[in-house]
Amino acid sequence: MKAAITLAAALCGAPAFAGWEPTKPVEIVVAAGAGGASDQMARMMQAAIQKNNLMKQPIVVSLKGGASGAEALMYMKSSEGDPNKALIAYSLIYMLPLSAKIPFNWRELTPVSVIALDQFVLWDNSAGPKTVKEFVAAAKAASSPFKMGGTGSKREDHVLTVFLEQKTGAKFSYLPYKSGGEAATQLVGNHTESNVNNPSENLEVWRAGQVRPLCVFDKERISYTSKVTDTQSWADIPTCKEEGVDVQYLMLRAMFLPGKVTPEQQAFYVDLFHKVTQTAEYKDYMEKQALKPIFLTGKDMVQFLEEDDATNKSLMTEAGFVAK
Amino acid sequence: MEAFGLLLHGFAVLLTWKTLVLMMVGLVLGIFVGVLPGLGGPNGVAILLPLTFTMDPTSAIVMLSCIYWGALFGGAITSILFNIPGEAWSVATTFDGYPMAQQGRAAEALTAAFTSSFIGSLVAVLLITFLAPMISSFALKFGPPEFFAVYLLTFCSFVGLGREAKHKTVISMSLGLLLAGVGMDTVSGNLRMTFGSSELLRGINFLVAVIGLFGISEILLTMEERLALRGHAASISLRVVLSVWKDLPKYWVTLVRSSFIGCWLGITPGGAIAASFMGYNLAKRFAKDPESFGKGRIEGVFAPETAAHASGTSALLPMLALGIPGSGTAAILLGGLMVWGLNPGPLLFVEHKDFVWGLIASMYLGNVVGLVLVLTTVPIFASILRVPFAAVAPMIVVSCAIGAYAIQNAMFDIWLMLGFGVVGYVFKKIGIPLAPFTLALVLGNRAEDAFRLSMIGAGGNLKVFWSNGLVGSITTLAIVLLFWPVIDRLLRCVGWPRRAKPAA
Repeated sequence: MKAAITLAAALCGAPAFAGWEPTKPVEIVVAAGAGGASDQMARMMQAAIQKNNLMKQPIVVSLKGGASGAEALMYMKSSEGDPNKALIAYSLIYMLPLSAKIPFNWRELTPVSVIALDQFVLWDNSAGPKTVKEFVAAAKAASSPFKMGGTGSKREDHVLTVFLEQKTGAKFSYLPYKSGGEAATQLVGNHTESNVNNPSENLEVWRAGQVRPLCVFDKERISYTSKVTDTQSWADIPTCKEEGVDVQYLMLRAMFLPGKVTPEQQAFYVDLFHKVTQTAEYKDYMEKQALKPIFLTGKDMVQFLEEDDATNKSLMTEAGFVAK
Repeated sequence: MEAFGLLLHGFAVLLTWKTLVLMMVGLVLGIFVGVLPGLGGPNGVAILLPLTFTMDPTSAIVMLSCIYWGALFGGAITSILFNIPGEAWSVATTFDGYPMAQQGRAAEALTAAFTSSFIGSLVAVLLITFLAPMISSFALKFGPPEFFAVYLLTFCSFVGLGREAKHKTVISMSLGLLLAGVGMDTVSGNLRMTFGSSELLRGINFLVAVIGLFGISEILLTMEERLALRGHAASISLRVVLSVWKDLPKYWVTLVRSSFIGCWLGITPGGAIAASFMGYNLAKRFAKDPESFGKGRIEGVFAPETAAHASGTSALLPMLALGIPGSGTAAILLGGLMVWGLNPGPLLFVEHKDFVWGLIASMYLGNVVGLVLVLTTVPIFASILRVPFAAVAPMIVVSCAIGAYAIQNAMFDIWLMLGFGVVGYVFKKIGIPLAPFTLALVLGNRAEDAFRLSMIGAGGNLKVFWSNGLVGSITTLAIVLLFWPVIDRLLRCVGWPRRAKPAA
């Protein structure tokens, strides 16, 4: 009998035993500035939840991008036991504690679900070299190193630049801007030669024909085949490996609650974000921004996080970005 | 003329009862949040953003941008009446606006502020209407060296053109730069001067500092001097408004100059704050009797307000065309655009004509309606000054504290605000100007990042600041302004004619 109940609960999803619901407005905490990829995603979820009435309480987005996102991490850490705050996390949860010695560990938070994986693409100005090979050759031949724009220092963009250098032998000057949007405009204005922005950050300037995607840092091509520009779709971008540069990196987008919340509270959010991934808003967003859909929760999520943490740690160590 | 046709189309989109009502609601809400120090435009827009999800994008953005205009107008009210700037760019308005209020000329100062806001925004909207495509390509010319040159220009104009003792300006500015360095350094990714405190991680928020430096310290001074907020003699009527307007043509040079500075700096992201300070400083420099500035001169209100609003408005252009927000409020609006599936970028003007021109048309209408609305409420706001100081002071302190808290929901910021209040009080006592301090606090980080990015890109070669006509001329102008007092003297020595005395 007991087994049957457990089974039934598992089949209808976690909230069968739900009793808990937020009693206050729920805050989605964004560890980045306005208009960045995390902010856009949080706004999409806010709209998806409100338009589809997935929750009775209103949902607000709070931007805590100070100190390159460390502000949001410390805010979550200090909100222990508060079930009305959900962090939309990305690779900074592994990297910031290493590079800046922030006293934070994602294991102190309550994992809810991994909701997407974000790609990285190597872009250059549309007036620049047309393929990865030409680009690498031009970078090697240049009298002063090519300028690579990115977001923040000692983070995913910077790590990718270091590995690009290692695999190709070309040298880059890495310029850390405050946001991916800024890195995009600086590339359009020819102040940098390239950047490694997420698809969403360069989408609009790509559609305007101002930048060119050279290759995507994943083991397979992006799956979306509908045309984004007049001639190209996301699936038309070759992988960097195909082009002879074997560098791969995917970044998680995951939801966390503060530490020490009850299992009922955790279950409520697992269910909520599961419902979000079923909405039209989420599906549109994933395709438009070329994100990889994924939904992990519970043990699977923890296992994923542990592995991802180990990968990031070894990358950071190899790049020499771990603070002593 | 294509732009004109599109604009008329924009008006056609807007002129429905529903949109007009939303506009009024937005303006009133905006003025309300603008009046509360610290709450300001960004928070107002952020709080109300979810309300607009069910509206169509055009109505939603019209309402939100009207909150923005309202907050801009409202920010001037607290600057003038209580010496508490609501937004970063209202700081320069306090220099002459507050003394005017103390002399019982609050209504005059408020009228001047609202009118010049209106003029500044109008010039900028005209610019957006007719020159949008050209301007967005101009903004693309700005890389790190160009940004640094603009910040340098602002700092130099302060030292060179300021009337205060030069060493005191430099001391004040250096302290501001020092505090701007607290927190995470984006270029190296390391923490600086946080001393292991997680409260200091996010750095020192500019608005928290401003509320303390100007608002709290003013309360302390007033308490010490046992002064009442003197406003009882203010005669408030339509006559004041009309007499200010009658004098407007006299100040056309100031208005034109400030509008120009505002538009120019507005399209370079983050320039709005610099614009109000530069507008003020230049008006002071070219005035016949610069000494009278800071003591309640109406031009001291016209100049910064016009520049701030011209730049605040033209700052929306890089946001729409490039996706780079020029101010905190613009950043929230940007987030809003994305919810409605409108991605700011070069194609927004092509693919969403209805939306873009509806927004531009709403800037015209919002401004006109806003001006009428605030002018009719001048008497109400100015009469706050008649309330006894003992009753108003606690209210101001409480609203300062709420404002400081609301910015980042941090209790620590309230203590920081009180600390800055004491610092402001001491600075005023020993005659160190506060403006260079606040300027350095707000622009210090950006200037430093821009400088270091230029250096990384150029391999440490300072020649990069003269590497093209644009950056070269801005840098040279900055250095000329820095040494202006010396150059001015030299020119006089060689017999350069002084500015001709005005006839009359």
